[in-house]
Amino acid sequence: MVKVLEHYHLGENNYKIIFDVPKLVKKSEPGQFVVLRVSENGERIPMSIGDMDAKTGALTVVYQILGKTTALLATVKPGEHIMDCVGPMGNPSHVDKKGKYMVIGGGIGIAPIHPVAKKARENGNEVFGIIGSRTQNLLFFEEEMRRACDHLYVCTDDGSYGEKGFVTTVLQRLINEGQKPDFILAIGPVPMMKAVCNTSRPYAIPTWVSVNPIMIDATGMCGACRVSVGGVTKFGCVDGPDFDGHLVDFDQLTSRLKMYFPQERQSMEKFEREHQPCYIGLKESPKQTA
Amino acid sequence: MADLTKAERMKLPRQAMPEQDPMIRKSNFQEVPHGFTPELAMAEALRCIECKIPHCIGGCPVEVDIPAFINLVTQGKFAEASRKIKETNSLPAVCGRVCPQEEQCEGVCILAKKFQPVAIGHLERFVADYERENNLVELPQIAQPTGKRVAVVGSGPAGLTAAGDLIKLGHSVTIFEALHKAGGVLVYGIPEFRLPKSIVQSEVDYLMRLGVEVKTSHIIGKLDTVDELFAEGYDAIFIGTGAGLPNFMRIPGENLNGIYSANEYLTRSNLMKAYDFPNADTPIAKGKNVVVLGGGNTAMDSVRTALRLGADNAYIVYRRSQVEMPARAAEIHHAQQEGIQFLMLTSPVKFMGNGSGCVEKMECIGMELGETDDSGRCRPVPIEGSNFEIEVDTVVIAIGNSSNPLIPRTTPGLNANKWGNIIVDPETNGTSRPGVYAGGDIVTGGATVILAAGAGKVAARAIHNYISNKN
Ligand SMILES: Cc1cc2nc3c(=O)[nH]c(=O)nc-3n(C[C@H](O)[C@H](O)[C@H](O)COP(=O)(O)OP(=O)(O)OC[C@H]3O[C@@H](n4cnc5c(N)ncnc54)[C@H](O)[C@@H]3O)c2cc1C
Ligand SMILES: Cc1cc2nc3c(=O)[nH]c(=O)nc-3n(C[C@H](O)[C@H](O)[C@H](O)COP(=O)(O)OP(=O)(O)OC[C@H]3O[C@@H](n4cnc5c(N)ncnc54)[C@H](O)[C@@H]3O)c2cc1C
Ligand code: SF4
Ligand code: SF4
Ligand code: FES
Repeated sequence: MVKVLEHYHLGENNYKIIFDVPKLVKKSEPGQFVVLRVSENGERIPMSIGDMDAKTGALTVVYQILGKTTALLATVKPGEHIMDCVGPMGNPSHVDKKGKYMVIGGGIGIAPIHPVAKKARENGNEVFGIIGSRTQNLLFFEEEMRRACDHLYVCTDDGSYGEKGFVTTVLQRLINEGQKPDFILAIGPVPMMKAVCNTSRPYAIPTWVSVNPIMIDATGMCGACRVSVGGVTKFGCVDGPDFDGHLVDFDQLTSRLKMYFPQERQSMEKFEREHQPCYIGLKESPKQTA
Repeated sequence: MADLTKAERMKLPRQAMPEQDPMIRKSNFQEVPHGFTPELAMAEALRCIECKIPHCIGGCPVEVDIPAFINLVTQGKFAEASRKIKETNSLPAVCGRVCPQEEQCEGVCILAKKFQPVAIGHLERFVADYERENNLVELPQIAQPTGKRVAVVGSGPAGLTAAGDLIKLGHSVTIFEALHKAGGVLVYGIPEFRLPKSIVQSEVDYLMRLGVEVKTSHIIGKLDTVDELFAEGYDAIFIGTGAGLPNFMRIPGENLNGIYSANEYLTRSNLMKAYDFPNADTPIAKGKNVVVLGGGNTAMDSVRTALRLGADNAYIVYRRSQVEMPARAAEIHHAQQEGIQFLMLTSPVKFMGNGSGCVEKMECIGMELGETDDSGRCRPVPIEGSNFEIEVDTVVIAIGNSSNPLIPRTTPGLNANKWGNIIVDPETNGTSRPGVYAGGDIVTGGATVILAAGAGKVAARAIHNYISNKN
């Protein structure tokens, strides 16, 4: 059993949850993830590590309600427990010295790029950050990212905050202005990661992405998390989650993520019938100002 | 009855195991055989002629004293019979169900030549079930605490056996298990209809009552390395992490939706209880036309699971012929009774999708058997031009596992062979690292429950010697 220390509503369907897992925190590196199990007979769901505090043993995950398990997670109150938080899974991100190191976070992907940005900067990189979301309500960690990066660019699709446009709009502009990064790590929805790779490809900028295939054990045992990278099948959990984005078959990844849509809908409908989910009980996250 | 002569006893018919009717059981997950009644067990036990030189013992990898336990059965001393088995095999309820008896103890039973062998497996299962179900499992005498600590990595049959033996010797034992439930393949791989999970759980509970600490969701090589376990004060470490890295065919279309490794398919159904979706949260494809590739126990478990999940057609596609299939004879027989279709001498060439990412067809090629290969079996050779297609919506690949590299990779100085199996001294199961022992599938590659359990036993003895001589 793992204790929930804090739990906040960030905006729309986004939540931030903090677990008390001192040992896990000590072992975790930026880019790794954990597997959560909320209830007995519940699913095992992978979640990137959004932050870790070695002093307090607190591990932060930012998540979005998509289906039954994330909806159930959002009902857990601070002080309560979930069944498991296992990890650290996967390989750490490449955070060695590259020069101009760019992190790009889209939507919920803003969380996991945050520890990567911190570490890359510690390692002597000049860190450029681009964070973006559909609309202002879905932005979070701006303050944290401003501290972690040398330069931070914020954008929203609808222009409600920061620059109007996609993260790739900003990336293209920076390249045009002569700020071509030496390395990019992009984390976010699959279409965003694919777009970043398409933008960086003509300039041959090494671009890595963190893939999010369906997983079960995340120890290499099941092969559910298969991803095609340069025509070779890799296991997302043990070979990744970061791969060279110019080689990832994003269309296959997208297709594989849809495998259980009908069942997932069925599961969510059952959950909503049987529960009166009360996510609203959670505190709003303290507003962060730039 | 008991005063029958040997010659008369030999001729008694082998008692049949009562089972669920195939047409009923093919749509439920309950165990197939019901088990012997005491009367059936005693009648079967009478068939054993208690050979002076019992070949059966030599056929058992852990040398269970078979005539001795069977003699106790003839006397109605069932719990005593179970304890007799446990002198060398701590998991009789499991082994009685899953050992390939026809190749081991029963295969060499003297009666097998002229009649049918004594049903050693069924008897083993019966006495272990009797002892457990009647609460006759006694806690053994535990030696004085030695103050020594042993870490056991992995909770499959190898780890469970090593832990049980070591705790009895007075050492303090902690099992570390990566998954959220202990039992290894016994919980995530082998289905309920063949091995009820409550039996595995009672083995784990028994160890916990003896004082073994079980830490689930704790991955060695991630949360702690082997060296960190030593630094934390463990005196010795046993590695029983199994062979859990699924092999794929490496043919076109293999990543289409609906194509599973057997590990994934069975883990979803067993460990995550997907057969009970949506009461359990993890989904599984309930295919109508399901093909399982392979011919071992894993393939049989997968195809029979598919049938129980509602398949109209459940096929085994195997590239050799039925005699070469490595699965237990009983499983093949059960699968046939349930209406599984066997496509022998057939190999897949590629998978075709339906345009939205799901598998729709599989192209196969016919095979013929050529010369004998290294494994002693005939090598299958494709027959040119024999290609044909099958309609499929779910495919399960059950062609074996490789070893998980996590521990060898994070343990400097631990020698593994080119397949990633940890190299041990067969006498002690000691590895190239002092104080580190290994056994089970991580050493042998995919093998059997009883071999893994036996390896755990050998290692426990060696670990005991090692830590007793160490200050
Ligand atoms: C390495 C990795 C890191 C991730 N990090 C985050 C994160 O930081 N924040 C976040 O909100 N989400 C993250 N995800 C995605 C997250 O795991 C899914 O959103 C979650 O499993 C959905 O579960 P559900 O039951 O609520 O929804 P469901 O209704 O079960 O599924 C909704 C969608 O989520 C995906 N999904 C479902 N089950 C799984 C599974 N077992 N593994 C992976 N994806 C699945 C599928 O695309 C599915 O259509 C990550 C995924 C991976 C693989
Ligand atoms: C579907 C299936 C059916 C089978 N049927 C039969 C049968 O009928 N008869 C028979 O005799 N044999 C059968 N076998 C083979 C038999 O199950 C195995 O040989 C046996 O389980 C091996 O035991 P083990 O203890 O070595 O490993 P496993 O049972 O594989 O257990 C290893 C455990 O270690 C854990 N682990 C791995 N890495 C780590 C780590 N780094 N840290 C912590 N924990 C870790 C795993 O999660 C797992 O729980 C079958 C196998 C399968 C897959
Ligand atoms: S452990 Fe297996 S091989 Fe040995 S006697 Fe029992 S069933 Fe036979
Ligand atoms: S070989 Fe057969 S008959 Fe002889 S002791 Fe063993 S089980 Fe009994
Ligand atoms: S999630 Fe099972 S192997 Fe990657």
